[in-house]
Amino acid sequence: MHSVVCIKQVPDSAQIRVHPVTNTIMRQGVPAIINPYDLFALEEALRLKDKHGGRVTVITMGPPQAEAALRKALSYGADEIILVTDKAFAGADTLATSFALASAIRKIHETHPVTLVFTGKQTIDGDTAQVGPGIAKRLELQLLTYVSRINEVDEGEGTITVERRAEGGVQLLKTALPCLVTMLEGTNDMRRGSLPDQLRAARHEMTRWDRVAAGIEDVTRIGLKGSPTVVNKVFTPSPRAEKAEMVTVDSGRAADLAVELIARLGQRFPVVEAELARRAG
Amino acid sequence: MSEKFDVIVVGAGASGNAAAYTLAKAGLKVLQLERGETPGAKNVQGAILYADALERIIPDFREEAPLERHIIEQRMWVMDERSYVGSHFRSDDFNKPPYNRYTIIRARFDKWFSDKVKEAGALVICETTVKELLRDDAGKVIGVEVDRADGRIHADLVILADGVNSTLARKAGFRPELDPKHVALAVKEIHFLPKDVIESRFNIQDEEGVVIEMMGKITHGMMGTGFLYTNSDSISVGVGCLLSDFMEQKITPYQLLEQLKAHPSVAPMLEGGEMKEYAAHLIPEGGYNAIPQIYGDGWMIVGDSGMFVNAVHREGSNLAMTTGRIAAETAIELSRAGKAMSAANLALYRKRLDDSFVIKDLKKYKDLPDLLDTNKQFLTTYPELLNRSAYAMLKVDGEDKRSKQKDIYRGFRAERSLLGLLGDAYKLWRAFR
Amino acid sequence: MSNNAPVKKKRKFELDPRLAAYKGVWVFIEHERGQVHPVSWELLGEGRKLADMLGVELAGVVLAAPGDDGKRFCHDAFAYGADLCYLMESPVLKDYRNDPFTRGMTELVNTYQPEVLLLGATTQGRDLAGSVATTLLTGLTADCTSLTIDLDNRSLAATRPTFGGSLLCTIVTLNYRPQMATVRPRVMAMPERQEGRGGRIVEHPLAMAEESIITKVLDYIPDDSRDKPQLPFADIIVSGGKGLAKAENFQLVWDLARVLGAEVGASRPVVQAGWAELDRQVGQSGKTVRPKLYIAAGISGAIQHRVGMEGADCIIAINNDPNAPIFDFAHYGIVGDALQILPALTDAFRQKLATTRRAG
Repeated sequence: MHSVVCIKQVPDSAQIRVHPVTNTIMRQGVPAIINPYDLFALEEALRLKDKHGGRVTVITMGPPQAEAALRKALSYGADEIILVTDKAFAGADTLATSFALASAIRKIHETHPVTLVFTGKQTIDGDTAQVGPGIAKRLELQLLTYVSRINEVDEGEGTITVERRAEGGVQLLKTALPCLVTMLEGTNDMRRGSLPDQLRAARHEMTRWDRVAAGIEDVTRIGLKGSPTVVNKVFTPSPRAEKAEMVTVDSGRAADLAVELIARLGQRFPVVEAELARRAG
Repeated sequence: MSEKFDVIVVGAGASGNAAAYTLAKAGLKVLQLERGETPGAKNVQGAILYADALERIIPDFREEAPLERHIIEQRMWVMDERSYVGSHFRSDDFNKPPYNRYTIIRARFDKWFSDKVKEAGALVICETTVKELLRDDAGKVIGVEVDRADGRIHADLVILADGVNSTLARKAGFRPELDPKHVALAVKEIHFLPKDVIESRFNIQDEEGVVIEMMGKITHGMMGTGFLYTNSDSISVGVGCLLSDFMEQKITPYQLLEQLKAHPSVAPMLEGGEMKEYAAHLIPEGGYNAIPQIYGDGWMIVGDSGMFVNAVHREGSNLAMTTGRIAAETAIELSRAGKAMSAANLALYRKRLDDSFVIKDLKKYKDLPDLLDTNKQFLTTYPELLNRSAYAMLKVDGEDKRSKQKDIYRGFRAERSLLGLLGDAYKLWRAFR
Repeated sequence: MSNNAPVKKKRKFELDPRLAAYKGVWVFIEHERGQVHPVSWELLGEGRKLADMLGVELAGVVLAAPGDDGKRFCHDAFAYGADLCYLMESPVLKDYRNDPFTRGMTELVNTYQPEVLLLGATTQGRDLAGSVATTLLTGLTADCTSLTIDLDNRSLAATRPTFGGSLLCTIVTLNYRPQMATVRPRVMAMPERQEGRGGRIVEHPLAMAEESIITKVLDYIPDDSRDKPQLPFADIIVSGGKGLAKAENFQLVWDLARVLGAEVGASRPVVQAGWAELDRQVGQSGKTVRPKLYIAAGISGAIQHRVGMEGADCIIAINNDPNAPIFDFAHYGIVGDALQILPALTDAFRQKLATTRRAG
């Protein structure tokens, strides 16, 4: 059994703290981490290895500093890590990214046949959840998204049975290996790597693949050139045209203010007044 | 784990990196364990880098280390609520390379320093906390146990560089519980401003920098100081007071900092800045009297863990780096001579420190913490009087100067008796001597 | 990732002539177990505006098993604004599976060539959208909070949060068709249903045999939704944030909610701190809500949270920081201590409801 896990290094938006006095957002010095959703995928792959033997390869497409994320993955007990990095990848959107990763996985498959490809549900900096489906399409793998549980992997039969989250319930699906799985969050608890694994990860010599090593020939499919979507502008939202009715309250006045507010509410927002009337009745 | 190292360094702050780098560069097999996510993640400092201390470890650090500005001007302010009496020193001599002090941003600096440690050949593991020291039957330290599976690892020597709140040192019995009178709680913020704004505001150019140390009523009668440092495109501002004082008063460190930032002399310096980072930390303040036993069979203590901070001159990181380096050099000497890391042999470490500025400076000021603690007039009354006097003398209002002088003297006498004034002068002289 | 793409200057843009043939705005009508997901109607409402701006027709796309459901969904789509519906019926489309649905959708797109294709950002919609976009080699923007047409070049401008939710960005897909976007439920308003509004159905077969489909659905286990929070469709929501300081104080949010018969919501930091369950998280990585009344206590109002609730009819914000971003888009702003104001509001609302009850 050979699982390939695709991860991404992202800025840790959860460590973006709020100042205790002014409540402004502190974004400076935010470290880069493995996309938290990817950890559920990695843990699932490691559990399959615990159960069935085999190996776990972790790859990422990113800039040189993404190496730190891969070493972290290694320190959890993965067997192999590959950094797919090339200046030509810059500016890639999800279509170009899935192209590059699919090529790399095809290359990996040549030496170690791949049973399963894992990705996390989405990234915390992109949120698109598109790379997993993109890779599956290109490698012609069956796609299983939002998997909450892997019930069974039968290597002999070449099948996998999973539970997949739908809107109002859970689907029980069975499909053929190899396939691609995107894991839902909260499905497992990430293990804590052993001390020997930490040492191994710290000592590991990185494998870096540029686009040639990753088997990519057509440069129009990667990076900026291969990205149909383009960011037109980045901005902060404008305040609402009509300003809020503001009032400052010290402790004594709270009760009076509350009564006043509810009265004003009714006048200005008949729809809210009607809703409250409904609940009273 | 069956693998064995020559030295295990616990902590990847200034002292730990100094030790690990020196040891690895000398060819020893070093494992460095840091509990934070990244080296320096748990470190907070003003921050000033003392070139002399780092030069003795990495002579060419200036070529690669991320440095903000080199300091050419030092301002010391004694503050009242609305004013300050200050003395400045600015010298072109400080503007001649190689520069003597720099402002730094710890997050960037620590990353660089740690990369050097790795380059030198040490193994650095993060997110790993040392739970316990391993000892043999005779009580000698022979390794550590960490909070991971298969987490016991052995070494000839363990260097504790794990900071002011070292639970490890406490658990091992090397250090008592932290006395709130021996630590300060400090908070700081980094405000981002365009480079040219900082330069025009502080009358500097290129990479010149200014340091302002503040004391007085900004700490509400508590023992502490404030600071403001210019970085390349940001300003570090902060304040800290003795933890025991905070525990008595009702004010929080953040409230103190807000008031400091609002001071009419400070606010304009931060005007227009965007606050992007805040942090809090404990700082050793006990001085010479608070230094614990710093070596034993198979172990040494360096940096804040050994309470090596000169509170009077606000020097901590240079003492950290120096103790780290000297500890490492001691170990290297013993290792090369084939000698054991026994308490008797490691006593050399303490001796070397005694002969260095580290212990000499701490000894010099050993009485000051207690003095200021029992003589709060130095923190409130005197700053106030000083400021009022300056205001009176400088205001031209038709009163003759001799009468003004008399008023000032009377003002002092009203707050302190003649004996009190003389006594204070004597005490200060004794403490600084 | 689309937000890594650099910002391009707007220049006079020439659409590839092959793509000029692509016309029309399509909305995927998502359904499960005989029910259409309301997000499809919300998207028809939005799609109507886009279609009108472009001067083209709005179409619903229904992929279903043969039977009455498919036609019923089409008629519902007409009532919500569609001009026509593409209906693809086949036994293999009985339950959602990636393979047949992707095949069906791409075939329809290749045959009828829409310029815009919208899907709900649900597990089904995102699963399908990613596969379809990759098959068609076109651009897809996910979790959009607003959509509009740039008439200069007839392109879809899709706005979504970026940088961990602290800023917004607008993304365009210039020289690829269809321009695809997913939108989360409740971000767009539910349009008015116009009974009797008609439209035409275009039927198109799917030539796909069950034997050729590798993934099989073995079972479907419905959720037990009795005790689950139901925020997306709640009409009154009271939410608490980290400004409440301590876990115990979150109880004040529950107290007010109980009096109002409201649902309880929470900001992300609060959920991460364990004061409230994940299903109560409102915001970009939580639920989007559109209540009539949203009361936010101790919430700063960062974009992360804002995009999850700014569609509310009336927003009351309580925060002790007068500069909190939430006051930029609230209707009422109360600067003060939430720990005192929440109980005061609870009492006042209790009185109000009692009075109304007696009067009624």
